Amino acid sequence: MKKLSVKSVVAIGIGAALFFVLGKISIPTPVPNTYISLQYAIQAVFATLFGPIAGLLIGFIGHTLIDATNYGPWWSWIIASAFAGLVIGIVTLKLNVNEGIDTKKIIHFNIAQIIAHLLSWGLVAPCLDILIYSEPIEKLFAQGLVAGVSNMITTGIVGSLLLVAYAKTVVKKGSLNKED
Amino acid sequence: MARIAILSYIKRNSPVHELTGTTKLIFFIAWSVASMVTYDTRVLVCMLLISAVVFKVSKIKIRDIRIVLGLAAVFLLMNNLFVYLFAPEYGVELYGSRDVLFTIAGPYTITLQQLFYHLNMTMKVICVVPVALLFIACTDPSEFAASLASIGVSYRIGYSVSLALRYIPDVQREYHNISQAQQARGIDLSGKDKLFTRLKNSVAILLPLILSSLNRIETVSNAMELRGFGKKKKRTWYARRQMKRNDWLTIGFVLTILVVDLVVTFWDGSRYFNPFV
Repeated sequence: MKKLSVKSVVAIGIGAALFFVLGKISIPTPVPNTYISLQYAIQAVFATLFGPIAGLLIGFIGHTLIDATNYGPWWSWIIASAFAGLVIGIVTLKLNVNEGIDTKKIIHFNIAQIIAHLLSWGLVAPCLDILIYSEPIEKLFAQGLVAGVSNMITTGIVGSLLLVAYAKTVVKKGSLNKED
Repeated sequence: MARIAILSYIKRNSPVHELTGTTKLIFFIAWSVASMVTYDTRVLVCMLLISAVVFKVSKIKIRDIRIVLGLAAVFLLMNNLFVYLFAPEYGVELYGSRDVLFTIAGPYTITLQQLFYHLNMTMKVICVVPVALLFIACTDPSEFAASLASIGVSYRIGYSVSLALRYIPDVQREYHNISQAQQARGIDLSGKDKLFTRLKNSVAILLPLILSSLNRIETVSNAMELRGFGKKKKRTWYARRQMKRNDWLTIGFVLTILVVDLVVTFWDGSRYFNPFV
């Protein structure tokens, strides 16, 4: 494995802490054990800024901590969370947010997060659930659908707004002009 | 929202506390794997009994973890309810026979097989709960990174985990401050607003939180870089403890359980113990 830079190590740690804190204040939906989770917006932003490994580990560590302090770890969903971060990180690898942001980049970011959540909650989580917990398929896909769609909406709205606001705060290259 | 109830390290004097973090980590992982693999009622009952005994030994009181247990109960109840609503005949499918006890309405009958399936599913989750809670309540967070490193995880990742544990209270306090400041300005996250407005409002809280976190990342990583973090391949840990006799015994015990679990579960070629044949 490529060595993690010091900055990624810290970003993973603090990202996971953010993931955990936001995971604890989530808004419930009518489907059991499924919430509107702000933490995925943060995870997506961090995965975009710090890369796929950071996205993966933030999801894994953050979600494990949430579950372990709630009711014991539900591994299939933890892995799905980690997977979502990884995919977002990979797809947005070339997206240089530090150099400003435009509509094209926002669309790129949203495509990344939609693919990631589709794969995670539509495929990874239900399949692992069947494998590990052997629950009925109908229930798992309904659960995955609600989780996936609500995560997509949350990440799409909150994540995009955060990225735009963040990009505005970064001082761009060549932003100083010499006075005539 | 002021205090988010979090289970954390509870210092007591017990045999479980005396074990090294490494032992508890291995125990926790092996136990999770064992419970995930099996669907065999006999194994699950044994695991449930053992985890109850371990809990007793740890001197952690039910009172300490009341909130967490409540959450777990709600979680399990909802899960069971929804499995039943979506697939009332699932147990029949699994166990290949059908003994109807009584009918509620339409397709919703109560069968012996379905009840048995729910029993197994619930036990599968319950037998991990005490071990997971104990792992959190009995492991000193500062020892945790050392234990991760000692089972072969890269120390950088171990360090990320301990940074996360270290900064959770800080981030929480910051979140609380920001959200109160924004509430004073009329921005509300509670159920009174529409969902979309709530999402938009959450940005007003998350943005300062993210920006201050990015600043923090900058500061902390500069400090670590200055101290030469990541220069060498290995690291020593102040909080690491030597393995004692009890540690080896515990590891041996849990590995034996894992092996027995695998053998009993797959002996007859099926994950399920079927009493209906």
